[in-house]
Amino acid sequence: MILFELFWMFLLIGFVSFGGGYAMIPVIEMEVINKGWMTTQQFTDVIAIAGMSPGPIATNSAIFVGYQINGITGAIAAGLGMVIPSLLLVIIIATFFYRISKNKHVESAFYGLRPIITGLIGYAAIKFAISNHLLDSFSWYSGSLLAIFALSLFSLIKLRLHPALVIVMSGVLGAAIYS
Amino acid sequence: MKEETKKLFQIFWTFLKIGPVTFGGGYAMIPLIEREVVDKKKWINHADVTDVFAIAESIPGAIAINSSTFIGYRIGGIRGAIAALLGVFLPTFLIVVVLSIVFLQIQNNPKIEAAFQAIRASIVALIVYAGYMIGKTAIIDKTTLVISVGSMAILFFLHLHPVLIIFSGIILGILLVNVKRKLGYSVKIKKEKSTPAQQLECYMGDGI
Repeated sequence: MILFELFWMFLLIGFVSFGGGYAMIPVIEMEVINKGWMTTQQFTDVIAIAGMSPGPIATNSAIFVGYQINGITGAIAAGLGMVIPSLLLVIIIATFFYRISKNKHVESAFYGLRPIITGLIGYAAIKFAISNHLLDSFSWYSGSLLAIFALSLFSLIKLRLHPALVIVMSGVLGAAIYS
Repeated sequence: MKEETKKLFQIFWTFLKIGPVTFGGGYAMIPLIEREVVDKKKWINHADVTDVFAIAESIPGAIAINSSTFIGYRIGGIRGAIAALLGVFLPTFLIVVVLSIVFLQIQNNPKIEAAFQAIRASIVALIVYAGYMIGKTAIIDKTTLVISVGSMAILFFLHLHPVLIIFSGIILGILLVNVKRKLGYSVKIKKEKSTPAQQLECYMGDGI
């Protein structure tokens, strides 16, 4: 039953995961929290693991959520749920509308879709910042988290370091200063 | 029959080798696909690869998964699509499962707990970075800025399900472009793509 629940949940998410995996973070988060499977902080760790692995972030998150809920079979159910929509959509598109990317309506839809996805990701960022104590009233601790946040963002945007590298470096820093 | 099985296995194997490269995002696969699928195996040509990626980014799902499945379909029909999908999916699946097992074993170690306190702050940065990268191609005029901020506010205050917001974006986009055109405004619905390097850059944060 739980396997079907996992599969079905990620199947539905798979069908709407436009614009790269990060837009799916608030969607998956809302589902796992509503089901009482995880807290936002636990889910942040899921994204950390997903970000350290190769492969799409949304698919990786699904696999890890599945694994945490029901072991290896859970991971398979969640992972397949997330990729089967790709298979179905590709077959439909390849058979019927090969030139979809040139279609006027598709381009117009993306005019509205892209800013919505930006909004979704912005919402996820603020929500995760709150749940992970970055926006707590000022203390040495919240200040240091903000500093790590700023340093990470700088490394990503200006130094163009790979996200996985930033995660690992941040982990080393955290192990040094918080223990 | 034997020929077909052999070909399906070849498709599976080719994408199994490409799978781990998706570390750099879906677009990092392009050079490898060009080498393995176009130059070596001659299954499809260069123009096909461009078309496939254009479609892979406009349908839901990860670009790496979509493009591999699409190429598999072009080579070997539905079975080819399944072979390519399993090939690209399997290595990353195994890596995530191994990392999950390791994480669940060591998460209560004080050093690891300390490391993850910092990592969580970096994950917030990673999400902001993804938003910034997509925002650069998404927010191209006042309308898109309003939609973006508006959707964020709606998610915060109305607690609507994000899927509803996604669908409203599709409808809103089609409506807005048509209304604006009817009113005689010229609508630039896409940011001009300048150089290939910049084009690639905007997908780095995509999650892929």
